[in-house]
Amino acid sequence: MTDKGSSAPSFPMKRCPFSPPPEYEQLRESDPITPINMPDGNQAWLLTRYEDVRRVLSDPRFSTNPKSTGYPVISPARIAQLQSENPQPFIRLDPPDHTRYRRMLTAEFVYAHIEAMRPTIEKRVEELLDEIEAKGPPVDFLQDFGLALPTSVISDILGVPYSDREFFQERSKAKLNMTLDPAEAAKATIDMREFLDQLYGEKLKTIDKTDDLITRLIKTRVDTGEISRQDAVAMIDLLLIAGHETTSNMICLGILSLLMHPDQKDALIVDPSLIDDAVEEMLRYHTILHMVGPRVATDDVEVGGHQFHKGDGVMAMISAANRDPSIFPEPDKFDIRRRSKGHVGFGFGVHQCLGQPLARVEMQSVFKVIFQRFPDLRLAVPLEDIEFNTNAVVYGIAGLPLTWTPR
Amino acid sequence: MTRRVTVEQEKCVGSGQCVMTAPKVFAQDDKLGLVVVIDSTPPESEHDAVRDAVLTCPVQCIHFDE
Repeated sequence: MTDKGSSAPSFPMKRCPFSPPPEYEQLRESDPITPINMPDGNQAWLLTRYEDVRRVLSDPRFSTNPKSTGYPVISPARIAQLQSENPQPFIRLDPPDHTRYRRMLTAEFVYAHIEAMRPTIEKRVEELLDEIEAKGPPVDFLQDFGLALPTSVISDILGVPYSDREFFQERSKAKLNMTLDPAEAAKATIDMREFLDQLYGEKLKTIDKTDDLITRLIKTRVDTGEISRQDAVAMIDLLLIAGHETTSNMICLGILSLLMHPDQKDALIVDPSLIDDAVEEMLRYHTILHMVGPRVATDDVEVGGHQFHKGDGVMAMISAANRDPSIFPEPDKFDIRRRSKGHVGFGFGVHQCLGQPLARVEMQSVFKVIFQRFPDLRLAVPLEDIEFNTNAVVYGIAGLPLTWTPR
Repeated sequence: MTRRVTVEQEKCVGSGQCVMTAPKVFAQDDKLGLVVVIDSTPPESEHDAVRDAVLTCPVQCIHFDE
């Protein structure tokens, strides 16, 4: 595609704990649309400007389907994982197929409907914090809080037994690990589908007695012949992983960033009206989907003054877009008072996060009370000892040991 | 001249950001969760919120014209 060849940077570039790779900033200045070498030896184009990223992610001529010729491969484990998904979840499909599947679920995640769940979610936050308080310091807030909250919420919504959490949390982690042995990444995917297919079978036995998302999907979509059992399982698989692995990392990184900015933490305690903006800033600043988004041009398309050709792989990095100084002044500064509206932390275009109202309510519920309950919450280990999941498709931390002075 | 809000509902993907941003202007239908305009000529006090909705809509299906 280009003769820049071996002089092009290699993907992925090394990121910092709280920032995307520093090369993104330099490239945005010098070569905002630049060739990069992907791990499989092919080349793709790396996009670092906000406007270009939004253009690509919202243009139907850029496919998100890994089966499209030229789709950029971010790692051997990732491609093995994607290839073992049978059928593919709709997040990897393009319109009109994508539209058909997504619209079977949009009513479930309507803003008002999720808002109505807020009291239940707030209650769950309090319960988890009660348990943590009873346990006493130090506590791993990833395991006992950040991961526990969204896992229990999405389990309830879908109708997946919370008691099976260890099984699906481990498989989800494996599915997202870019450096895992490819065979293991594929196995985790297949194991998860088998687990959910078995659960589907269980649901059939109690179909008239239960009302959860899986049961509704069976009654209104599978029984009507619109989709197959396997299609439904693929949908549930997607909702389950997207419902816990992302929010858990956002909650923990959010807590950590406030601990590192005590003045902003204190401001939040005094003025809860800052919570909504604080959550948006966390989503912008951390952009945990730091590998989004691979796309491939299915036609010749001009974006940002560059002519893409059919079959060109594109990495439209939302993590870079969210640090574009022309949109977010002093982008590397974490500032809960900034106007981060318009950030692309949930992606952009037709694939933008379906569960974003839920993620927001969960995060807002957390930051409404956590520092009220534990005003002197602090790291139980030096910051250098916190391990970051650099090799995961969804960025986050491996553990968040925190301590406080018991009342 | 009155500014008018219009939407291309067929493009909507139900992200709900418009409802979050401007709940007096937008809603989602019960059946598919797609955008519906409940006040197509909102008062000026709502204009900033509508502009935010235009900005954040992931499929740019909201229009706010003179």
